[in-house]
Amino acid sequence: MLLEVNDIGITFGGLRAVMGFNMGVDKDEIVGLIGPNGAGKTTVFNLLTGVYTPTEGKIIFDQKDITGKKTNVINNLGIARTFQNIRLFKSMSVIDNVKVAYNQNMKYNELQGVFKFGLYKKEEAELHEKALNLLDVFGLKGEAEENAGNLPYGKQRKLEIARALGTGPKLLLLDEPAAGMNPSETAELMEIIRLVKDKFRVSILLIEHDMSLVMNICERLYVLDYGSLIASGPPEEIKNNQDVISAYLGE
Amino acid sequence: MNLFIDQMINGISVGSVYALVALGYTMVYGIVKLINFAHGDIIMVSSYFLMVFLRKAGLPFPLAILLSVALSGALGAIVEKLAYKPLRGAPRINVLITAIGVSILLQNVFAWVFKQDNPASMPALLDGAINIGGVSISKISVLTILVSVILMVTLSLLIKYTKMGKAMRAVSEDSGAAALMGINVDTTVSATFIIGSALAAVAGVLFASTYRLINPFMGSDFGLKAFIAAVLGGIGIIPGAMIGGFIMGVVESLAKGYVSTIFADTIVFTILIVILIFKPSGLLGKNIKEKV
Repeated sequence: MLLEVNDIGITFGGLRAVMGFNMGVDKDEIVGLIGPNGAGKTTVFNLLTGVYTPTEGKIIFDQKDITGKKTNVINNLGIARTFQNIRLFKSMSVIDNVKVAYNQNMKYNELQGVFKFGLYKKEEAELHEKALNLLDVFGLKGEAEENAGNLPYGKQRKLEIARALGTGPKLLLLDEPAAGMNPSETAELMEIIRLVKDKFRVSILLIEHDMSLVMNICERLYVLDYGSLIASGPPEEIKNNQDVISAYLGE
Repeated sequence: MNLFIDQMINGISVGSVYALVALGYTMVYGIVKLINFAHGDIIMVSSYFLMVFLRKAGLPFPLAILLSVALSGALGAIVEKLAYKPLRGAPRINVLITAIGVSILLQNVFAWVFKQDNPASMPALLDGAINIGGVSISKISVLTILVSVILMVTLSLLIKYTKMGKAMRAVSEDSGAAALMGINVDTTVSATFIIGSALAAVAGVLFASTYRLINPFMGSDFGLKAFIAAVLGGIGIIPGAMIGGFIMGVVESLAKGYVSTIFADTIVFTILIVILIFKPSGLLGKNIKEKV
């Protein structure tokens, strides 16, 4: 298992947002996390990425205990994410958004940076090439020098995925990647997600409300309701699970 | 005409020092949304360090300057770690009050330590003047302008092209997202404080070498003007701080030359108020959103 979540929970004041939650993601797997609004899905993402520290339980990633580690450390270890409401660095250029994600692997010092000599030249040239190639995968090469905030919505979503990949993750968390997309954009997104998995050799865990996407590309699903796991298994099983149906329809 | 040229050069020289200090205000505001009221006192601190290294320790000028700037930069980072970092996430007004507290603390500690030597006089860094086309310019003014411009260009390059600059821009825009992209926010904030304080320290060295008299409370008046320069240019916007600093210096200097020394500040502040009425978020500021 690449990611193993053991009995994690978090309490905000008196509210138990997530409790006794278990899940796992294998190498090269696409896993979905679904559930009604307010079920605690994004809270799980925040726990996995260190935005929140679980009040109970353990998170093991790549054989390391990452429970309570700092956000940037967890990212350096190989978990990257996108956001439900896009959080690009909007006043930076498209390419700088991607380059900043590569920062952790850059070794030159600031003196070399300011005066542009030595390692800086070599590393920045390589970085520029890498960043352009990455943007190309997402059809964003032509907009490299534009301000990220000026991109249309769909491209901003793609750039968020590109930026997350720039950090060199082993596990990519996508928080409602299809939100606000029309059916044809969603279909394109599915292709991108598959491509990302194969090309970048990452496992993917995604939160999504669009059932066509979830059923189509996820190999396994976890279903959250009121902060607890109510079902897990392959999409076909989940579709017919009575608990899941009643959670969604509110029976 | 000569008066005009003299006052312009003087204004650009003073303005470049304002700009150096304004940069620290604006960078720190951009990255942690804090008006660091103790920033102006770094000018005073570096002046006293310089005085001690020169007069008490007898160090040569270059070494004394280097040490003063390095120590003041370190002090900026230490203040951030001890006083501001524990309050990250607290309401902004609390951090603001803390900053005012740090400012008062620094002023009084220095007043107490240097009570025998208050105000203190500084040895001359550069004496004399050079003559360009019949206009005589003091060497220290030339040095001030040169050093300031070089530092501003260097800072702009750092922010635009290096990984640290990219990290700073990312953190200033969304520190949460930046951390999730693997950026160490604490290190980036510390670096911002060190750079901002070092710039103020250089300003202090230049200021002390120009006026040759320092006192523990000199930072608040000078810092206030630099802060206003940052607001005038658009707080959080780096080129804004530079432009704001130069405008402040030139207007102040012209007012002193043509109207009266006593009313110079009144004129400067009146112009500022008028500008801010028409451009409430500063000359380069946008009204919609805040950013570096």
